Amino acid sequence: MCRLFAMTSDEPFSPLVAAKALDVMREGHDGSGVGLLLSDLSGPFEDLKDAPVLSGIFTSKGLKKLDVYMMELGFTTKYKVTIKAPKPSPPGIPQRDVYLIRAYEYPDEWHSYTSERRANELLKVRLDLRAMGQAEQDMIVFSFWPDTIMIKEIGDPLTVVQHLGLDRKELMARVIMAQGRQNTNYAINLYACHPFFIQGIATMTNGENTAFVPIREYLSSRGFPGYTGYQSDSEVFAHILHYSAYKLGLPLEAYKHIITPLSDDEMEDHPNKVFLKQLRQTCRRLIIDGPNCVIGCLPNKALFMVQDRKKLRPGIVGGRPGCWVFSSETCGLDAVLPDRDKSMDFQPMHLDTAIVSSDRQEVHICRQTQSLPQALCA
Amino acid sequence: MQADTIITPSTLCVKDLPWQIAWDKDKCTLCGRCTAVCPMLALELAVYRKRVVQPPMGLEKPPENTFESFYGVRQKTTPDNACVGCGMCNLVCPNDAIMPMHTDEADKLRFHNNQGGVPRRRGGRRNDPAGILDRIKFTRISMLTDPALDAGRHKFELTTLLGRVLPPEENLKLQREQGWIPPVREIYPLIIGGMSFGALSPTMWEGLQMGVTYLNEQVGLPVVISTGEGGCPPRLLRSRFLKYVILQIASGYFGWDEIIHALPEMKVDPCAVEIKYGQGAKPGDGGLLMWHKVNKLIAAIRGVPQGVSLPSPPTHQTKYSIEEAVAKMTQSMYMAWGFRVPVYPKISATSTSLAVLNNLARNPIAAGLAIDGEDGGTGAAYNVSMDHMGHPIASNIRDCYLNLVKIGKQNELPLFAGGGIGKRGNLAANAAALIMLGASGVQTGKYVMQAAAGCLGSETDRCNICNIGRCPKGITSQDPRLYRRLDPEKVAQRLVDMFLSFDTELKKIVAPLGRSTSLPIGMSDALGIDDYRVAERLSINYVV
Repeated sequence: MCRLFAMTSDEPFSPLVAAKALDVMREGHDGSGVGLLLSDLSGPFEDLKDAPVLSGIFTSKGLKKLDVYMMELGFTTKYKVTIKAPKPSPPGIPQRDVYLIRAYEYPDEWHSYTSERRANELLKVRLDLRAMGQAEQDMIVFSFWPDTIMIKEIGDPLTVVQHLGLDRKELMARVIMAQGRQNTNYAINLYACHPFFIQGIATMTNGENTAFVPIREYLSSRGFPGYTGYQSDSEVFAHILHYSAYKLGLPLEAYKHIITPLSDDEMEDHPNKVFLKQLRQTCRRLIIDGPNCVIGCLPNKALFMVQDRKKLRPGIVGGRPGCWVFSSETCGLDAVLPDRDKSMDFQPMHLDTAIVSSDRQEVHICRQTQSLPQALCA
Repeated sequence: MQADTIITPSTLCVKDLPWQIAWDKDKCTLCGRCTAVCPMLALELAVYRKRVVQPPMGLEKPPENTFESFYGVRQKTTPDNACVGCGMCNLVCPNDAIMPMHTDEADKLRFHNNQGGVPRRRGGRRNDPAGILDRIKFTRISMLTDPALDAGRHKFELTTLLGRVLPPEENLKLQREQGWIPPVREIYPLIIGGMSFGALSPTMWEGLQMGVTYLNEQVGLPVVISTGEGGCPPRLLRSRFLKYVILQIASGYFGWDEIIHALPEMKVDPCAVEIKYGQGAKPGDGGLLMWHKVNKLIAAIRGVPQGVSLPSPPTHQTKYSIEEAVAKMTQSMYMAWGFRVPVYPKISATSTSLAVLNNLARNPIAAGLAIDGEDGGTGAAYNVSMDHMGHPIASNIRDCYLNLVKIGKQNELPLFAGGGIGKRGNLAANAAALIMLGASGVQTGKYVMQAAAGCLGSETDRCNICNIGRCPKGITSQDPRLYRRLDPEKVAQRLVDMFLSFDTELKKIVAPLGRSTSLPIGMSDALGIDDYRVAERLSINYVV
C-alpha cells in the first residue's frame, strides 16, 4: 500500500517537506519509489508561468536526441535546472545521467494556436518523446506543461530527495503532491509511479483499482491520444478526471458521481436525480472499484481528495487558512502542521470530495447527496 | 427358433433402446401407477408365462412341471413408445420397483426414429453435457493488496443496463437541450429467456410471472422475463406487471394482434421488445409449436386455428436486408410505444454475428444485442438442428465485445449472452464468466425450468419430449391433466429460491475479485483457463 502526501500553501515550500512527511509514514510504503509533482512554482519559474516545462530523466545520448527534436519543432530553452546526482548512488537508487527540468519558449507559430490546440500539441510532444525513449530507455518524460515539474525515482523517498538535492530554491512550490511507493503489482517502472499527469490534471492513488481493465479499454477507445500508457491501474483516475473536465465539461463536483455513482436508494431523494441517473448510465464504464484514496490537482491549482465506495484506504485533510495538507495518515499531517486545529481535521468518507481551492482559505466538503451546481443540471 | 413377432427393419428389442426399464417383480405391487404415468405409454400390463419344474425327491416319480402365469409390466419397443428415461415410473412407484436405466452402448433407436420420413424432433438442448464455460476459473482474487469483500454483508450493485446508452458527450448535450434520449432499463443481469405461452403450460407461465413479480416487489431484484414468441395473456398485457416483461416478436408474429389491440389499454410499458431473428437451439430455423399443444386457449392467444402445427418462418418475411431489418423493424417497434421502450434483436450465435453487431452499432437506437449460443434450449426443434447447428457462445460474445471495445461502443450497445448457461448446474459461475468476457447480462430458460419446475430433461437425452405436449411434470404441456401437476405457487417460490441463491453465488464470485460498485462487465483479467489455445482465443489468462 502506498502513502500519499499533498500540500498547498501560500508560502512556497521545498519538496523536502513532502519527503519528510512520507518518511514519517514509512510503515505504509516500502521505499520502492517516490513521485513528486510541483506546481504553482516559485523561484525562477515564477516568472515563467506560461512557458511549458519539460520534466524527465535523460541519458547523455537521450539529451542530444531531445535537443534535436525540440529544435526541429522550434522550441527554445528559456531556463533549465539540471540535476546531476552525485556518484555513487545510495543503495536502491539507480544511477542516472541527468534529471532535467527545462522551461521552453513556444515556437512562433504556436502563439496563434487556441489554448485547446496548444494543450493537445504539448501532449503530443510528451508522448512522442516518451515513445522515442522507449527503445533504448534513454528518455523518460513525465510532464510537459506550464508551471509543472515532475520528478520520479526508484528508492526511499527521503533518500532520493536528499541524494538529488531537491531541497533547493529553484524547486520551491506552493503545491506539491508526493507519493511513497509500495511496489505491489507491477515491475518497478517509472511510468507506473504516481502522480499521473495529463494536461494540467494530476492524481495519485493509494490502493488498487479492481475495475482497471474495463476502464482502460474504455478510455483507450475514446480516440484521445493521451489516454495511453497504463503501466499502473491508478493512471485511469487522472484520465477519468481529464475526460470529465475536458471532454464532458463537468466540474470537480461531478467527478465522484462518475467514479462512484450513488445507488438507486441514495439517489431517490436527490434534487438532481434525473441528471445523476443519466450520468451513471452514460459513464458506467468509468465506475471504479477500489479500494482507493485519490488525491488530485486541477489546472486551477485546487487540490482534492476522494475515496472509493468501500472507503477502506486512509486519508485525512487538515491545516489552516493559507496552508492545507492532504495525507494518507494523520502522522504525516502532524509532521508538517503540528500546530493546526486538529479538531477541524477531516477524513473524507465514501460520499465526500474534499476540495481546497487555490485561494487556500478552507476545505470545501462536497457530499454526493448534496445538489450539484445549478449550471450543470440546467 | 422362431421369433414371437414379425421382424421388420424397425423391429427393436429392449436392448436396442436408449433406455431400458428395470422392473423388479418381487417389489412390484401391481398398482399400475407406472403404466398410468408414463408419458410415452412405454409400459403395458403384461402377463408372463412361466414354467416351474417340480422334481420330486427320490426316483419313484418322474419330474413334473407346471405352467404358471404372473402379471407385471412390459416395455414396448416400438419407436413411438420408446422409453425416454424420464423416470416418472420411479417417481410414482410406492415400492421403488421400477427405474429406467441408460443403455451401455449406442442405441439402435436412433436409426429408426424417423418413421414416415419425418426426422426426429424434440425439445431440450444439444445432447452434449460438456462445455467450455465450466472450465473458466476466476483467478484474480483480492489478497492483502486490496481486501476481498464480504459477500454476505457488503453492499453490491449488480444491476445491468438494457437499452441504447449514448456516449457521455452526446447524453449531456441532449440533456442540456432536452432532446430525446433512448430509454434504458436497469435490470437484473440474469434474464429469464423467451419461453412462449404455448411452449410452456399455463401453470408454468403463471408461476414464473408470480415469481418475477415477487422478486421485483418484495425482494428488490429487478428481474425481467421474455415472453418468447407466442404473445402474452390479455390480462397480463393490461396489468401493471407488464413492466417486468420483455415482449418478443418473432417471424411468426404470433400473439401480436392481441398485443397491438391491447396497446391503448396498457397501464405500463413493457420492459423491452425483443425481436427474435434466431435461436441458439435451432439457428436459422423458425419457432415451432407442434399441433399437440395448440389447444383452444393457445389458438385464441396466437390467433390461429386449433390443432395445427405452427412453424414460424426462419426469417422475418418482410425484411430483405440487414439494414431494413435493423432500421425498419427496430424503429417501428420503438414507434409503437412512443419511443419509450428499448427494442433489441436476438440472434443465434453465428460466425456472422459481427456483421449484425456492426450494423446495430451504426443504428442510433438499437437497444442491445442478445446472442443465443449453440447450447440454447427449445421446446421443439429438429434434432439435427439442435445437435449440429450453431456457434458456441463464449467466443462469439467475446469477439463481439472486443469489437465494441475497438470502436469504443462497449457501453453503448449491451450484449446479452444465452445458450447453455448453468447446463451443468453452475448458473452463477457460467453467468459471471460470460459477463467478464463482455456480456452485460445472460439469458436462461432451461435452467429456470429445471430449478423452478423440476424439468427432467438432460443433455444425455433424458426426457426431452417438450415438443409433443406430454411433459410429465406439466411444464410444457397444454393438457390440463398434466399441467395440473404443477402448482404455480410452488413454481414462483422455487423461482425466488433460484434467484436468491444465484444472487448470493454471484456475490461470492465478485466479492473475492474486489468488485462491488458495478457489475464487472469485460473484467477479463479475472479469468483464466487451463487450455492455452482457448485462453488465446478468448484473450484471457492461461493458467495451469
